[in-house]
Amino acid sequence: MYKYDAIDRQLINERVAQFRDQVRRWKAGELSDDEFRPLRLQNGLYIQRHAPMFRIAVPYGMMNSAQLRTLAKVARKYDRGYGHFTTRHNLQLNWPKIEDVPEILAELAEVEMHAIQTSGNCLRNITTDQFAGVAADELIDPRPLAEIMRQWTTFHPEFAFLPRKFKIAISGTRDDRTVTWFHDIGLRLKQIDGQVGFTVIVGGGLGRTPVRGEIVRDFLPWQDILSYCEAILRVYNRYGRRDNAYKARIKILVQSLGIDAFREQVEAEWAHGRGGPMTITQAEYDRVAAHFTAPAYEAVGEVELPVDKAFQRWLERNTQAHKMAGYTAVTLSLKQHGVAPGDITSEQMEIVADLADRYSFGELRISHEQNIILADVKKSDLPDVWQKAKAAGLATPNIGLLTSIICCPGGDFCDLANAKSIPIATAIQARFDDLDYLFDIGDLDLNISGCMNACGHHHVGHIGVLGVDKNNDEFYQVTLGGRQGNEAKLGKVIGPSFSAGEMPDAIEKIIKVYLENRHADERFLDTFDRIGIDPFKNRVYEGRAHGKAKTAEVEAA
Amino acid sequence: MAQLIKNGAPAADTWTTLELADGESPESVPLPAGDVIFPLAVWQARKAEIAARPRIGLQLQSADRVEDVADDLASFAIIAVHFPKFVDGRGYSTAALLRQRYGYTGELRAVGDVLHDQLFFMRRVGFDSYALKDGKSLPYAIEVGFKPFSNTYQGATDQAQPYFRRRA
Ligand code: HEM
Ligand code: SF4
Repeated sequence: MYKYDAIDRQLINERVAQFRDQVRRWKAGELSDDEFRPLRLQNGLYIQRHAPMFRIAVPYGMMNSAQLRTLAKVARKYDRGYGHFTTRHNLQLNWPKIEDVPEILAELAEVEMHAIQTSGNCLRNITTDQFAGVAADELIDPRPLAEIMRQWTTFHPEFAFLPRKFKIAISGTRDDRTVTWFHDIGLRLKQIDGQVGFTVIVGGGLGRTPVRGEIVRDFLPWQDILSYCEAILRVYNRYGRRDNAYKARIKILVQSLGIDAFREQVEAEWAHGRGGPMTITQAEYDRVAAHFTAPAYEAVGEVELPVDKAFQRWLERNTQAHKMAGYTAVTLSLKQHGVAPGDITSEQMEIVADLADRYSFGELRISHEQNIILADVKKSDLPDVWQKAKAAGLATPNIGLLTSIICCPGGDFCDLANAKSIPIATAIQARFDDLDYLFDIGDLDLNISGCMNACGHHHVGHIGVLGVDKNNDEFYQVTLGGRQGNEAKLGKVIGPSFSAGEMPDAIEKIIKVYLENRHADERFLDTFDRIGIDPFKNRVYEGRAHGKAKTAEVEAA
Repeated sequence: MAQLIKNGAPAADTWTTLELADGESPESVPLPAGDVIFPLAVWQARKAEIAARPRIGLQLQSADRVEDVADDLASFAIIAVHFPKFVDGRGYSTAALLRQRYGYTGELRAVGDVLHDQLFFMRRVGFDSYALKDGKSLPYAIEVGFKPFSNTYQGATDQAQPYFRRRA
């Protein structure tokens, strides 16, 4: 994993000093609230009605055990002893005091962590694949380039005040696990004649106007990613809308120009930067890549693992094919039934840090599905890891299953929410608590957002749930058929929304339609693609007056 | 009156900025004598009249395109880039283009909502004078505003080479 050198360390220490001074000037009235807002946002600090919210970066999801222990300590000392992993490789604290944030940043800096550009209208944390470097289907390890990009984004002088936030994802595998179709820029690995590069996708995004990105360049050599991104950003910075925050993302610019005209502008801009100083050198790539070399794997053969059913279930769902024989990547589920998805207590963080030290070379990753990965576990250690994870509530065998819900903080924590999201997640988990049933249902992504900002990625859930406000009451709109990955697309709305109380039944009916109609080996999505939305719609609204019938009913009353 | 910073020190502003009042048009506005910073529209409409002056200034708004004056840059002793709000970051690209692409070497001044915490970014993209907003501490801005960071990763106007090309 990347280790800071003198300049990296110096810059984050200087950042702490800078923010400390900004907080001081704000308290002294030298900075107005409006002047302070972008400054604190660029250090991850939101101020909401109930409490501030503070977002710490886990660049491209990589962490070591010392860093996780520091997060545990910070959450305990300055907050309520837990944190929340988000869908973009960040940890959120829900109740810190603003005055404590400079101190928190100082403690984080000691372990090479920060909150730089985790919010605000700037270049955000770069995200990538949680199995980077170990995935069996990986072509190149995206982490060295992600680190090079982290440095390039840090305090970029030209792009610190963009029209809106800007999120970049980079993927190095055949199967995209980083949602590249739905980022402001998605870099998707492509090789031509042995030359490594990327397909550049631009203008994707979820939020209130969900748009699948478009290909702006089919092949870009890896050396050119910084100069090319600068060209895109310059066009966006100059011509992106600034009059309306809802129309300010790059996706709106790309849509209004059309991808061809947008591409022309970018290419014209890039003609100047191409081959210039921002071209990544082999020497720099090698320097950074040297931090991401494989750990000292042992030569181990295949092992006999216990046949215990519970263990086998966990093995099936929570471990992943690894490039090294005898090793596997373990996903620790932060989706224990009844707990807010993505939440983790300080005690759990410390246990995970111990597990990482003992079984996975002291490193771990955060996934955009809000789980933790121990990437290099010897298969012979799996029974021990399972026992310990289970005792800590981190071994729910539900990865990729219905109850491994992606969920935003929603109305319990977020000012912008239309509706609560966590209680919906826990109610659905309670309804599907039977593991045999859950395993029978199989692969299914259920994503929940508390409003159209889509922090919970509801559009790309196989089942998506969106909180909506109807006459000041909380309702939920359901979409079906969304998906991430190479064939990413947005889900379709099934029909009128449901009350919170109706949600578990509605989900159960959708599942029943799938189970009754599936062919052998069909996953939920396959059945959905074959039979379409109507059978689901008919079942869910069976006996429920809606549309014309409902209007008639209301008029009759 | 903003507080001018130039060459790392407080400075007196010797330029007047022409602003169009309601009802005035670029074509007919009277042109004051002396060192004047003209809006782009006035420069475009009255180039022939203005060009004979010994020293000419130009003001660019954040939506003004550098490309539209690229051929005239040698005429200007100063270009003022206006930040209507400090969160409107278009002026950074304007400055970068003027310096890096079009080779402008005269004075480049940030005006408008110019605040302490943006001076570092402004200096990096190529500004060399700054009209700090009134009510903000000028000495403090000069002392710490420009150097919150002792080094930088990216190439920009002040240092074209990114750090990775400057490593020993
Ligand atoms: C509670 C504090 C939060 C607030 C106030 C907040 C606010 C927002 C807003 C306003 C947007 C839409 C921006 C736009 O479309 O331009 C957004 C998008 C997003 N948020 Fe949050 N958010 C919060 C927490 C989270 C959390 C906890 C997560 C992860 C679980 C998250 C992940 C995302 C993602 C992935 C998007 C991008 C959707 C897109 O592509 O536009 N946010 N957030
Ligand atoms: S989706 Fe809406 S409710 Fe949920 S965290 Fe984002 S802004 Fe808040």
